[in-house]
Amino acid sequence: MDADLLQFVLFAGLLVALAVPLGAYMAATFAGDVRFLAPVERALLSAAGPAAEKPQRWTGYALALLAFNAAGFALLYLILLFQDRLPLNPQGFPGLSPHLAFNTAMSFVTNTNWQSYGGETTLSNFSQMVGLTTQNFVSAASGMAVAAAVARGFATRQGKTLGNFWVDLTRATLYILLPAALGLALVFAYCGLPQTLAGAFDATTLEGARQTLALGPVASQIAIKQLGTNGGGFFNVNSAHPFENPTAITNLLSTLAILALPAGFCFTYGRMVGDRRQGRALFAAMALLFLAGFAALYASEQAGNPLQAGLVDAGAGNMEGKEVRFGILGSTLWAAATTAASNGSVNAMHDSFTPLGGLVAMLNIQLGEVVFGGVGVGLTGMLLFVILAVFLAGLMVGRTPEYLGKKIEAREVKLAALTLLVMPLGALILPALAIAAGTAQSSVQDAGPHGLSELLYAYSSATGNNGSAFAGFSANTVWHNTFLGLAMMLGRFGYIIPILAIAGSLAAKKAAPPTAGTFPTHGALFVALLLATILIVGALTFLPVLALGPLAEHVSLLAGRTF
Amino acid sequence: MSKHSSPAFGLFAPAILGPAVLHAFRKLDPRSLARNPVIFSTALVSLVATVLALREALTAGPNAAIGVQIAIWLWFTVLFANFAEAVAEGRGKARADAFRATKSSAQAKVLADARDRTAFRARDVERVEVGELILVEAGDTLPTDGEVVEGAASVDESAITGESAPVIRESGGDRSSVTGGTRLVSDWLVVRVTAKPGETFLDRMIALVEGAKRQKTPNEIALDILLAGLTLVFLLVVVTLPVFASWSGTTLPVIYLVALFVTLIPTTIGGLLSAIGIAGMERLVKANVVAKSGRAVEAAGDIDVLLLDKTGTITFGNRMADAFEPAPGVTEQELAEAALLASLADDTPEGKSIVDLARRRFGLAATLDARATYVPFSAHTRMSGVDLPGGGALRKGASDAMAALSGAPLSPAVDQIVKRIGASGGTPLVVAQDGRVLGVIHLKDVVKPAIRERFAELRRMGIRTVMITGDNPLTAAAIAAEAGVDDFLAEATPEKKLELIRREQAEGRLVAMCGDGSNDAPALAQADVGVAMNTGTPAAKEAGNLIDLDSDPTKLIEIVLVGKQLLISRGALTTFSVANDVAKYFAILPALFVAAYPGLGVLDVMGLGSPQSAILSAVIFNALVIVALIPIALKGVAYTPASASALLGRNLLVYGLGGLIVPFLGIKAIDLVVDLLHLA
Repeated sequence: MDADLLQFVLFAGLLVALAVPLGAYMAATFAGDVRFLAPVERALLSAAGPAAEKPQRWTGYALALLAFNAAGFALLYLILLFQDRLPLNPQGFPGLSPHLAFNTAMSFVTNTNWQSYGGETTLSNFSQMVGLTTQNFVSAASGMAVAAAVARGFATRQGKTLGNFWVDLTRATLYILLPAALGLALVFAYCGLPQTLAGAFDATTLEGARQTLALGPVASQIAIKQLGTNGGGFFNVNSAHPFENPTAITNLLSTLAILALPAGFCFTYGRMVGDRRQGRALFAAMALLFLAGFAALYASEQAGNPLQAGLVDAGAGNMEGKEVRFGILGSTLWAAATTAASNGSVNAMHDSFTPLGGLVAMLNIQLGEVVFGGVGVGLTGMLLFVILAVFLAGLMVGRTPEYLGKKIEAREVKLAALTLLVMPLGALILPALAIAAGTAQSSVQDAGPHGLSELLYAYSSATGNNGSAFAGFSANTVWHNTFLGLAMMLGRFGYIIPILAIAGSLAAKKAAPPTAGTFPTHGALFVALLLATILIVGALTFLPVLALGPLAEHVSLLAGRTF
Repeated sequence: MSKHSSPAFGLFAPAILGPAVLHAFRKLDPRSLARNPVIFSTALVSLVATVLALREALTAGPNAAIGVQIAIWLWFTVLFANFAEAVAEGRGKARADAFRATKSSAQAKVLADARDRTAFRARDVERVEVGELILVEAGDTLPTDGEVVEGAASVDESAITGESAPVIRESGGDRSSVTGGTRLVSDWLVVRVTAKPGETFLDRMIALVEGAKRQKTPNEIALDILLAGLTLVFLLVVVTLPVFASWSGTTLPVIYLVALFVTLIPTTIGGLLSAIGIAGMERLVKANVVAKSGRAVEAAGDIDVLLLDKTGTITFGNRMADAFEPAPGVTEQELAEAALLASLADDTPEGKSIVDLARRRFGLAATLDARATYVPFSAHTRMSGVDLPGGGALRKGASDAMAALSGAPLSPAVDQIVKRIGASGGTPLVVAQDGRVLGVIHLKDVVKPAIRERFAELRRMGIRTVMITGDNPLTAAAIAAEAGVDDFLAEATPEKKLELIRREQAEGRLVAMCGDGSNDAPALAQADVGVAMNTGTPAAKEAGNLIDLDSDPTKLIEIVLVGKQLLISRGALTTFSVANDVAKYFAILPALFVAAYPGLGVLDVMGLGSPQSAILSAVIFNALVIVALIPIALKGVAYTPASASALLGRNLLVYGLGGLIVPFLGIKAIDLVVDLLHLA
């Protein structure tokens, strides 16, 4: 327990120590002050033509982003569909079915990395490296570009433009993701992660049996999988696999890598809007939500399963579905981080968590991925809640609500209110549709409330662009691949487009200098207000269905009832 | 605060409540309901609930009794919301009726020729066009608004302003505007009509307080959108719930889902929103200010910079004696006595203030000998005084005039006093007896008492005050420092004023100002909130977006407070309404699910009687809370000027935390009653 606390404190300290300078570095990058790869940057941008340098209005920015992601989707879809005719396919895997290719392509383009398939038994090295890894970089970079554009829009006074998408995309990839991923991949390789083009090798096990062990360019994919809040593992069991996450050190590094960039973006934002206190306030709000989620997860897993009382060592907690080398802390910290940050990689099976532990993981996602969230988009998701909080309570100081000196008016409220519909649409309507159509019942592994949790988790994960699975849910069907794919699209662009529109509209506004009459959005009071808004507006939406799923399972468990 | 004599209405005067009940039913008209998305949704859902309850009752279903009760309370929710609006409108209407009583349907005496006042024809005022000339004579009520082109008369404007003393209206200058509904007490006026029939000042005021032409303000529209968004979110939550419940084999009665939906959507603020708006306008009218649009009232709450004219707003407008400064060899009392005698017959404000000061300071009781001759002030001599019967000519006047009188330059000591007073922003008045200079009276622009505190209050609210004056920078600085304004604009001209407003606005600030002259019109139009004085010219009244009937420039401060209170009321009740949802979830969810999962009874933290009574109690609470909050909606949330942080902290505590806790207590209390009466 004390050792766990110490580990957590170490983790938190390292996270802040990483996030603050990373935030400053990213702000400098988006301001164009980082130039060490300037020739490459210039070459790339000039190849794209003169339009790739001009500042864009929010519409131009959004269109460029949509076009880029549409092209990326089409390319990935074709690669997956025809991987049998493409090189680097040592195991001779066939092409993917159209619906699986659709789901997978959508999943990686939207930075979700939901996997309806088992990586090592479905995808060729070409698909993994050229197809998926490319999107692991550029989908993350797209999200980072959005954050940069939004921060610029919030900071601009009476301007029209938000920057240039192509420039932001290139800089995010060249100066942030590539160097970080390269460094982390080398460290991972040193720690024992394979990095090879060999397909597999046959090993003789201790019992003398022969076993085929899948191999591949693991270290490089895992590095960007963690850094870019992607989460799509090389192996089916993701970071529970000894080749993806062999030691406690790689576990710590991976967990830090999940949160480093999303947390760093709070500080990037503070610098970009010229008031670092704003960034710190957002970080504080996110950190408090993260802390609460982690504490609840840890407590419920440590408490264990009451039905196993006396059967297992009471101090061990609920170790079902967890790796012994990570233990309760390593597993729950990861679970809290991966569901908060829309990463989706796992080192333990969330399906095997206690009902309340599973609830926290699910709720983290259902909040709309605002607890650090995906790289870039986590920040912008939080800004949508900021706008709602400012509006709800801003009136209470007797002024038209303002954020950073800019008035929040009907247009901004309309767009922010629109995004409130995204999570309920994807994570309530779509699973309800699946139940009504009967396709949910055939895909879940467990009866009773746990089965409902599996279904809910899948659709929450897709809509939240998280990508982690509760397991136990067979998603690889035409129905689920299609609707999960649509949920991912809704969850990605349903937030990105409105927040870009808000940024465009705020950019055009004057900024009133703060007076004693404007309420500060950087103090403890505002953080409390923001948290209350997130919990009341975001979390309460899911209370009824969580009551029927994990809560019902929990109370049944206490009553000794299993399903 | 206001000297208006218009009737004051108690919060729940029976004369207003009776018709309001009737109107609450009349407002069930779908066209009227559609204006408010939240209440419209509630009404639709109530209709569904009614049909379900009736069907259940006819088939003697198990949920008949509870269903009928839920349906009834849902309708009450709609009716209570309508009632809140009707009460607010009723109060406005009562005020409008008071105005309407003064509106004359009289004939206008239309002149064919401006020069000939004898040849007029009486014509119905509804058919008098803009630009025509009408004659108004003593005893007549002005049939419409206009501008005096000829004549001067005293006009009783009490019908509009509540001020009983008649005021002078004359052609030319800044006192040429006349308002329909006011009455000529003396003389005659030739007036050029400036308002189209039905669009006079009085008409506008009536429409405004009645809420007939009420347009939603920008913040209200934004809030409406947010409330509609929340309603949609809860719709998604509720329609999917039976599907998820079916997973565990539970069937949720539709009537319960209906109850859950209505209690979750923000009916409280939705129901009170328009009442808050109407009541805000009414508070403004009560302060004797007419707003041309609700937008202006809202903007008043946002003001960052307040431009205030020095004269009449910050100072009394007249220079007053502040000190006696004797020449060498003269005592202060001697000077005071001379000054007193020289001023006794002088009935200018300055003269009176000298008498007042001398009496106050030295208890002097001298009266003027009847044989003394008063020498009045003239522009030529620039001095005044008395010639006493026993010999002795007392004079007071400008220093150079007095020097000319004595035939020699002022002594260096006196000259120094004169210069010092001038430098401090005051006016020196030299007193001499038979050519011998006795000393100097220090006349000073006297700052109104308590104005300093007012400015400090504004500063706490984050509003910067700027004093506008025609004085030189030295004088202006002295008065600005004494009054405690943040900044001043000296030697102001209309152009400089306009430029100042533009500069502040370019920096993102919202500016308010008041004015009355035609030359104020551009600045009034440019300012975000322009308050025109009712005594002002038609041009000024046209340019401003608010008109102060009392013509009191300090009213601007009150307008800002009304604007702020309007926004605060909306924000506080919205927060309260949204925070209420937590308790409602905890009342209804366990009631819905406890049959399928008995363990979920732990969510029933209130320990309610039964699932049925829990749901019914939540619905009843939801309806009653609207009624309970009507007084707050009408009076506005209590507001004392403070910094935004302090306000937010306080209101979050009262309406946020209160909104979390109150429904837990309220629902529990109602549940006890419901159980006691065996309603469910």
